Amino acid sequence: MAPAGGLLLAGCNLPTFGAHRAISSQGQDSLKLWQGFFITGAVVFVIVFALIAWAVLRYRRRSDAMPRQFQYHTLIEIFYTVIPIIIVLVLFGFTFVTENNVDALPAPKMAVTVTGFQWGWRFHYTTKNVTVIGVELQDPEMVLPQNETVRIYLESHDVIHGFYVPALDFSRYAQPGIVNKFTLNLHTLGTYRGQCTQFCGLYHSLMRFRVKVVTPAQFAAWVSTHHSTGPEASISNAEKTALARSTGRAAPTATTGGSGS
Amino acid sequence: MKIESRFLIGIGVFFGIIAISYWFTSYEDGGTLMLVGATTLGLVPGAYYFFWHRRFQGSKYFFWGRTDRAVGTRPEDRDDATIADGAGVVSSFPGSSIWPITLAAGAFVLLLAFVFGTWLALVGVSVILIALIGVTAESRRGGRY
Amino acid sequence: MTDVIVPQIAGGEPAYAAAHEEHGPTGLMKWITTTDHKVIGLSYMITSIVLFYIAGLLALGIRVQLTTPHGTFISFQQYNELFTMHGSIMLYLFAGPFAFGGLANYIVPLQIGAPDMAFPRLNALSYWLYLGGSIMMLLTFGVAGGAADFGWVAYAPLSTTTYTPGVGADMWIMALVLTGFSAIFTGVNLITTIFYLRAPGMTMFRMPIFTWNMLVTGILILIAFPVLTAALVMLFADRHFGAKIYAVTGCHTVAGAVDVHACGSAVLWQNLFWFFGHPEVYILALPFFGIVTEIFPVFSRKPVFGYKGMVFATMAIAALSTGVWAHHMFTTGTVLLPFFSLMSLLIAVPTGIKFFNWIGTMWRGQLVYTTAMLMSIGFLFAFLMGGVTGVMLASPPIDFFVHTTYFVVAHFHQVLFGTAVFAGFAGVYYWYPKMFGRMLNERLGKLHFWLLFAGFWVTFIPMYVLGLSGMPRRVASYPTGLGWHVWNDVSTVGSFMIAVSFLVLLVNFWVSWRYPVPAGDNPWDAHTLEWFTTSPPPHHNYTHLPLIRSERPTWDYNHPDAPTIRYDHGRGGHPNGHGPYSGGNGAGPSGHGDGAPGAAEQVPAT
Repeated sequence: MAPAGGLLLAGCNLPTFGAHRAISSQGQDSLKLWQGFFITGAVVFVIVFALIAWAVLRYRRRSDAMPRQFQYHTLIEIFYTVIPIIIVLVLFGFTFVTENNVDALPAPKMAVTVTGFQWGWRFHYTTKNVTVIGVELQDPEMVLPQNETVRIYLESHDVIHGFYVPALDFSRYAQPGIVNKFTLNLHTLGTYRGQCTQFCGLYHSLMRFRVKVVTPAQFAAWVSTHHSTGPEASISNAEKTALARSTGRAAPTATTGGSGS
Repeated sequence: MKIESRFLIGIGVFFGIIAISYWFTSYEDGGTLMLVGATTLGLVPGAYYFFWHRRFQGSKYFFWGRTDRAVGTRPEDRDDATIADGAGVVSSFPGSSIWPITLAAGAFVLLLAFVFGTWLALVGVSVILIALIGVTAESRRGGRY
Repeated sequence: MTDVIVPQIAGGEPAYAAAHEEHGPTGLMKWITTTDHKVIGLSYMITSIVLFYIAGLLALGIRVQLTTPHGTFISFQQYNELFTMHGSIMLYLFAGPFAFGGLANYIVPLQIGAPDMAFPRLNALSYWLYLGGSIMMLLTFGVAGGAADFGWVAYAPLSTTTYTPGVGADMWIMALVLTGFSAIFTGVNLITTIFYLRAPGMTMFRMPIFTWNMLVTGILILIAFPVLTAALVMLFADRHFGAKIYAVTGCHTVAGAVDVHACGSAVLWQNLFWFFGHPEVYILALPFFGIVTEIFPVFSRKPVFGYKGMVFATMAIAALSTGVWAHHMFTTGTVLLPFFSLMSLLIAVPTGIKFFNWIGTMWRGQLVYTTAMLMSIGFLFAFLMGGVTGVMLASPPIDFFVHTTYFVVAHFHQVLFGTAVFAGFAGVYYWYPKMFGRMLNERLGKLHFWLLFAGFWVTFIPMYVLGLSGMPRRVASYPTGLGWHVWNDVSTVGSFMIAVSFLVLLVNFWVSWRYPVPAGDNPWDAHTLEWFTTSPPPHHNYTHLPLIRSERPTWDYNHPDAPTIRYDHGRGGHPNGHGPYSGGNGAGPSGHGDGAPGAAEQVPAT
């Protein structure tokens, strides 16, 4: 277990083992935990694999001699009960700490209400009076400032959706009747793809969006150009019905724009 | 019977502990209810087996019942039992019967009635009733113990 | 129409002599009216394997669709139906019924020396309900609106009529109600059989591990399946009777405010479903653990290592499995993370014990690589990787970023494929001679194994890569330029290797049917009681029973020279009086020298 602990502290210099190099501080915590779990898992895997392989290769039947009919070895049995318990408890300790970091809700600088619906997303900047809506094949873009504490309120209008941005190393369900809250502190500028992960009906595969991380100055400029003066944009029931009826069509026609107020 | 009763009571005790700890860490009623259900699932048959275990032993401490004599342990619970110790009637087993498939067909139609319309329920319930009567009559004609 | 069973009196007539006058219908009517656990078990296994092939074909359809980005092999609607039915058939109608309906039905009464299941007609009813449910599930492909298309987990509110109005969904629910009752009846039957119909001397701690696992599985069924059936009935009430248990329609204002009092709870479905669903995972795993625990000792020519540890590990897995349901719901943000995380991580401990016991069983043995043994070793490797990734998923922060991606798909396929396919077909190869009195061809069997083993890794390893790079599960199409194309192609190639391997199995069945090789009673020199009787066993199973002094009575009978060494601390065996043949209170066959079974107590095998 010592290696995993040390490696958890060493952090970012390690390979990501297939995961994404997280762009948020929460994601980086998760990534470190993943690295620790991956290394521990790999060590356990290799040891057990070697034991199985040794038994399989070494004890192939070579004669008719009767093997000793032993059945118990109390010491060894206790050994391989206690060691996994220790490993598991240590892993749980790291999990517990990381989980509290990832789920912490510090006071935010700004908030975005993200709403999933069949089959698109709405990003409503609560204090800025800006709303972005996009449906399938017209992916909306959530613009967020760098190095600011952003609170996301996540909910759904109809069925359960999954808000998932691989580059954040994070996902959360958008559910009807429940508002999920989480915090993002984004470090790295760029545009990142996101997608619904929880199966939500016909066009689940196309329910994509983007997250664009910009500098605070660029963000302020973006807000001012998209500032909404009219009534808040939202999905009308007629549009939802039209979407629901679009079953079987290759490209649904959506009346809502890709971005803007 | 002893190990059977311990096995089942163990299930009940385990779920009792889990139910209590889950309730006091979450105050979530759905999961707690299911865990309490699992607790009784272990405790009720476990207590039944324990009762019979004590009866076999000629118990006087459990259920306040004082039985007349100790029956002893079943041959399948004894380390040293021989096949001959099990001599006697094991049980009575029914032979071939048409009624299980009839009953299942009735259930099939009855459940389809929920999907396709109530008129099917008439058919389904009739078939189930016929099968139930049939299987009961068959048991009366047959088994002797 | 009842048989009264009179067991043997010492030195007298063979056991159960009156039981073997076969009477009753023959031909098709025999299969329809039977109450014999062996015929019912075979029916179960044949039905479930047919369904396995059907669901496998559906999986091939899924893989072909994903071969190219923006796949156009099938429409989105068809794709959604395919993966829903693939999951539903594999999980509800193949893996469980094959193990606890088929194999358990056939093997458990034999292993404990019982003439039949405790409730033979209930047993037949279970099978017919299961068959009815399976037929209803398959019929949904033919109804208007197509089959159910909300995934095998049927998350509300997607599964309510607002979003899935079709008849197919209703039939899907009813099919599961039927098979749910079938499973409950089988569970009751198995538990009663094991508690009441054991042969004399077959104490609980002399039962083979397979039987132990089936007992624990039976308990899990009784805990889990009623919850599923109740949840499905409530879902049906939501769909058609206007109940608002899960439904959330009409309680949501456009601005996003929620009137909670007009709302059902979508999360309630997940709680109920996974309270069934996670034990179900172990209902699908424990029987298969039992199968390999029978196979390793036989082909290592040793007793199972750590028998009692094995039993307690099974119980611990089952117990913990009912306290971990919400680890499927970490990303809902509504569950208690530390409780479920710790419980889920702890399951690794008893599973690890089982692993080391399997290795210990092979250690210093004389391993014989029959197909059954190879399949079991394949299971070890598959489940090892699935188990390690399972530990990763038990940690909420990691689960957050791989949840509902292909990482999870890869994980549970490795686990379930390891158990239901590798271990399940290991059981088929192992018990086929007992069931039909003829051997399966070993050369074809090994070809089957190697194709399957290679195909397995080629199919599922790419899915880990895909999942970590962010490909969600259940998508019918994916964009270009993300590097997903090549990995999906590799996976599809692997899935066709698996398909070919199962064609080899069909050929093997045909060869064994066309050119039978007689098996004899005990072709493997196996340990447990079922190998003591003839192949296939007679009506009501036994004409003779050996003396039962350990969990491997047939071995004791055949090898009085090689008794089990119960306690051994590595300093040479010193049985300390609790050996398998010491009688305890002196009533046992203690006069037969150091530990030889009392051969005088039994009627010789024919």
